[in-house]
Amino acid sequence: MKNIRWLIGAVIIVAIVAFIVFRPLPFLFYHKLPYVGFVGRALYIILLACVMCLYRIWKGPTSADRIVAVDILGIMIVGLCAILTISTGRSWYIDIGIAWALQSFISTLALSKYLEGKGFEE
Amino acid sequence: MIIDVIGLIFIVIGFAFDVFGCLGLVRLPDVYNRLQAATKCVTLGTCSILFGTFLVVGFIAAGMKCLLCMIFLLLTSPVAAHAIARGAHRSGVKLWEGSVVDKYAEDKEGEA
Amino acid sequence: MKSKMILFALGFVAWLLLNWPPDWQHSLTGIFIAAFVAYMTGDLFIQRPHVLKHPKRYWYFVMHYIPVFLWECLKANIDVAYRVIHPDLPIKPGIVKVKTTLQTDTALTFLANSITLTPGTLSVDIDRDNGILYVHWIDVRAKDIDKATAQIVERFEGILRKVFE
Repeated sequence: MKNIRWLIGAVIIVAIVAFIVFRPLPFLFYHKLPYVGFVGRALYIILLACVMCLYRIWKGPTSADRIVAVDILGIMIVGLCAILTISTGRSWYIDIGIAWALQSFISTLALSKYLEGKGFEE
Repeated sequence: MIIDVIGLIFIVIGFAFDVFGCLGLVRLPDVYNRLQAATKCVTLGTCSILFGTFLVVGFIAAGMKCLLCMIFLLLTSPVAAHAIARGAHRSGVKLWEGSVVDKYAEDKEGEA
Repeated sequence: MKSKMILFALGFVAWLLLNWPPDWQHSLTGIFIAAFVAYMTGDLFIQRPHVLKHPKRYWYFVMHYIPVFLWECLKANIDVAYRVIHPDLPIKPGIVKVKTTLQTDTALTFLANSITLTPGTLSVDIDRDNGILYVHWIDVRAKDIDKATAQIVERFEGILRKVFE
């Protein structure tokens, strides 16, 4: 039973990756910059990982699972901003990435303090 | 040109580790195992993506910010994981039933 | 005072990296902002500034700590990827106790970070008085405190003692 479930999941992921390789994201093509086809495929893969995080946020049995998923989503969005820096050639996307990393770290610390059930004085 | 190709290889490795980390977030059974898989894989994956971006764009403003962001992520991501694990254990989240040993809960009961 | 000077230098370097092609206007603004930040929060950052004077510590940090850390990090990622892809999920988790002999805050922080990013381990809590770390291990091979210490901590403890203490 476990092997059958694993096989179904593997087939779904291989199908999604094959779709990604053959159908790149079209809206980035008019920039005429280098590596646009590569980046158009790469954005799909990071969106696949983000969808997995959203599944864990939706389904998580405890609130600690949801906090973990939010933290991981915040780290991956930094990578997404770096990729957008290459594809569009605008360097302010990485500024968004740095600000997002700082804010995500502080919000994770605050959420874990809330989870611990103590005040903020300690 | 060859440096661009090396940077793109780093970016592809980073994407692979990101997807593995999120797969671990979906498949593994309890909070601590999910935290392990996700923190390790996603931290090194995102650092690899940022280093590849630095190699592609070169020594301009965006590349320097990539290096700074990489150092920041390597310093802060384990601290966040540590805080979440401690908070989860103190708020009473149980370990998975296949777990072998839990010295922390034993010691805390001894104190209280 | 010495720690304020060090924090001023670090803040000014970070400001220059954020405004990368350096010109004199950005540098002047950066001097004022770094001085203000160092004046406000200088006492909180570095408690023992005399450690920073020895060049041997930088040598150990760059040539011994960073290669070991990167290699363990890569091994950790391949290990986690193998465990996630395998259909039977070969995990045997548990929380074990290890002991350490490091004392200072910086060394303990770097030790906990290194434990979190190396194969199969995640630091959960720390007991400063007795020098005990609680570590979540995804594949428990030794429940005993001495064997667990030998397998988890001793890769980094010697290097970190030479660097930070």
